[in-house]
Amino acid sequence: MNVWLNFLIDSLAFGAVFMYGSTGEILTEKSGHLNLGIPGIMCMGGAGGCLVLNMIGKSSLPGFLIVILGILGALVMAMAMGLIYSFLTVTLRANQNVTGLALTTFGVGLMKVIMSKLDATVYLVGPKMLYRWPFADRTDALQCLGVMFFLAVIIAVMASVILYRTKMGLHLRAVGENPGTADAVGINVTRYKYMATCIGSGIAGLGGFYYIIDYMASQEAYLSLEAFGWLSIALVIFALWRPHMTILGSTVFGFLFSCSSYIANIEGITVTMAAKPLLKMLPYVVTIMVLIVTSIRNKRENQPPASLGLSYFREER
Amino acid sequence: MEKNMALSMRGITKRFGSVVANNHVDLDVYQGEILAILGENGCGKTTLMNMIAGIYFPDEGKIFKDGKEVVIRSPKDAFALKIGMIHQHFKLVDLFTAAENIVLGVDEDGRYSMKDVNNRVSAIAQKYGFHIDPQKKIYDMSVSEKQTVEIIKVLYRGADILILDEPTAVLTPQEIDKLFEVLQRMKADGKSIIIITHKLHEVLSVSDRVAILRKGEHIATVNTCDATESSLTEMMVGKKVSLDIDRSEPVNVQPRLEVKELNCIDAEGIQVLKDITFTAYSGEILGIAGIAGSGQKELLEAIAGLQPIASGQVIFNNPKKDKPVTFFHKSLRKVKELAAQDAFHDKNGAPMRFKGMTNAQIRAQVAAENVLFREDEVMNLRNKTPLEIRSLGVRLSFVPEDRLGMGLVGSMGITDNMMLRSYRKGHGGFVDRKKPRALAEEIIKELEVSTPGVNTPVRRLSGGNVQKVLVGREIAFAPKVLMAAYPVRGLDINSSYTIYHLLNKQKENGVAVIFVGEDLDVLLDLCDRILVINSGAVTGTLDARTATKEEIGLLMTQTTTQRKEG
Repeated sequence: MNVWLNFLIDSLAFGAVFMYGSTGEILTEKSGHLNLGIPGIMCMGGAGGCLVLNMIGKSSLPGFLIVILGILGALVMAMAMGLIYSFLTVTLRANQNVTGLALTTFGVGLMKVIMSKLDATVYLVGPKMLYRWPFADRTDALQCLGVMFFLAVIIAVMASVILYRTKMGLHLRAVGENPGTADAVGINVTRYKYMATCIGSGIAGLGGFYYIIDYMASQEAYLSLEAFGWLSIALVIFALWRPHMTILGSTVFGFLFSCSSYIANIEGITVTMAAKPLLKMLPYVVTIMVLIVTSIRNKRENQPPASLGLSYFREER
Repeated sequence: MEKNMALSMRGITKRFGSVVANNHVDLDVYQGEILAILGENGCGKTTLMNMIAGIYFPDEGKIFKDGKEVVIRSPKDAFALKIGMIHQHFKLVDLFTAAENIVLGVDEDGRYSMKDVNNRVSAIAQKYGFHIDPQKKIYDMSVSEKQTVEIIKVLYRGADILILDEPTAVLTPQEIDKLFEVLQRMKADGKSIIIITHKLHEVLSVSDRVAILRKGEHIATVNTCDATESSLTEMMVGKKVSLDIDRSEPVNVQPRLEVKELNCIDAEGIQVLKDITFTAYSGEILGIAGIAGSGQKELLEAIAGLQPIASGQVIFNNPKKDKPVTFFHKSLRKVKELAAQDAFHDKNGAPMRFKGMTNAQIRAQVAAENVLFREDEVMNLRNKTPLEIRSLGVRLSFVPEDRLGMGLVGSMGITDNMMLRSYRKGHGGFVDRKKPRALAEEIIKELEVSTPGVNTPVRRLSGGNVQKVLVGREIAFAPKVLMAAYPVRGLDINSSYTIYHLLNKQKENGVAVIFVGEDLDVLLDLCDRILVINSGAVTGTLDARTATKEEIGLLMTQTTTQRKEG
């Protein structure tokens, strides 16, 4: 049975990558902006954090400070990407899909350049044990649940509380549903869009950093990061635009995504090389099924924000 | 009773480009009164109110609230001055509950608690006699409930001046009565209510005073008790202005389009057209007059096949046409019989009697489609798609109200826009570009469209030129019936006359022209007959040569029969 418990914990830890990515994307989408730059932003977040760690990794700073500075590095870099996106789509009203895709291409490429110049012995070897606090000393599966995993859960829950229990959240949702109405009652639409996009991007960037420094904790981790950005965007649909649902959703996604290697451990089942990629498709299949089910049920609360993907221009009445 | 001034406007002027929407308007509103603002479409009622509500900023003039001069730059400023406007198109977030919509954007101290908000909303509702469930979602609400939410939204912000823009347009008579009760209760509470309307009986039944606007100018403000329907109509429509449009006598008048007892129900289940019956004749211009939103758009769309018809007929009479005889319908004996009665003729129009011909020869003639007869084509356009209407040879050309939205594609050039009507022609998968291009060049030359070239996106052209392109394209396909809705809206005088001239030319060519207009002077000078519709029903058909503006105005606004429940 222990295999299955390990599997569950591993799914949780892996899922935290998407938890960050999709919580960030949900915040952005709630303001009416479909940010397809999330894969690039997650990559840049990872690069930003590692860049900072590369500078301070061998210094004698206290451990918690190194952890915080790394996180800040990821946040700042990802938010800078978010700022570019919001400037283009909110202020200049550029097409959101095109802008997002451009940012993804840009972010993934730039991240690879940065990461190839960094020294893994500095940014990874020492710091990775710090990020695995408080279970760093354990030898069982629990060791992969570190600070950043708990941070992801806290952020996801917080995001839901803010969206559905505060006035700020009400205003943000109004902006995403009907910016004209929000504007008419005196809500600063532009500010909400900028804030949601930048903070959302920052959160997504943490996911990339978490993946490189903690979950994979290997020198080659960054090469496989982009795919999880796309998975995060799919998870937004699975979670029906509710941040707390990403905790469940990301675990399911993590479970499905890595089940190919676990199924092989069960006696009597052999997984051929050809079957592995097929099993890795499962999260996307599930997303399509969720889309079909929600579209058939057509419940208004489960639909994307009404003005998602549309630019808002006050004079266009 | 001594009344205090709540709001006054002095010398308010607002221009949109070269169009003057409001010209030095003075208006006073007292505390605890209901002021009705009355006027035709486009007379600047809504623009004036939008300036109090902070949507627009006046170019000239001053606004005083409680005796102090104020500057209102945004809806937020208006709220701060306790002025609230209920727009014709509701500004609500569908996905939110009533209470969430009401509290949206309100700066309140203290913890955000939906429970408190719900209680406060219920309290306001109780005070003025509304019925509302604060937790009901907007998408589950009827139009009247949504309006209630909008009114409470304004009251929640503590407004003491409420502006309602045509609040009764979407309500049933029972709902209107209820609304008026609520308004009376607010008035008793000391609030000032401004109600924009063009329904005379409502003005007379609910308001204390009436301000009349005409073409952006304030004509008069009178006490409702001193006013009658006819005195208000006279002030509203004003004296007739002659426009010198060349109007020829209709020639060769034949029924072309017969609409019989047409009923339409829109997506929200409201009956938008009620038993409309009229005939449009070839060689004349039939004007359609009515307050905006009385069903003009739906009527034209129903004829063009864009609006589903609930019941009724649209009969189209195609003029006589040569058709070959076939044995599919008639036997050889019958053909011979009819031929003896001079029913058939050949391609040159000469009668065909089959004299001295053998049966085999007659058969060969019929098979070669040389034996022709004349037939009036009468068909019912009901429930046919626009494409079917076209392919049947029924030539309805439709100039939609929204020029760029439905008529033309803004980012495409004139040539490409011509192809929207002809893209099915051409060989194989390729479209024929030559003819549309020639047509585009012809339209530019004939109608004097000022454009840098045939491929300039039409979006960049001025309104008048866009309209010329659209009308030009519709006319180029030699219509039998030409329907034009507001074709001169937003155009300057010269462009307007070009359009009038084009329509008159079509009339002389035997086209049945249906012209939906808002300016009564134009309708009286351009059209031959005028059909007046009011709330989706025909209230009268007048001869444009003898009718007066007052007659039309009364037919447009009066409610002679009680409206059925929608």
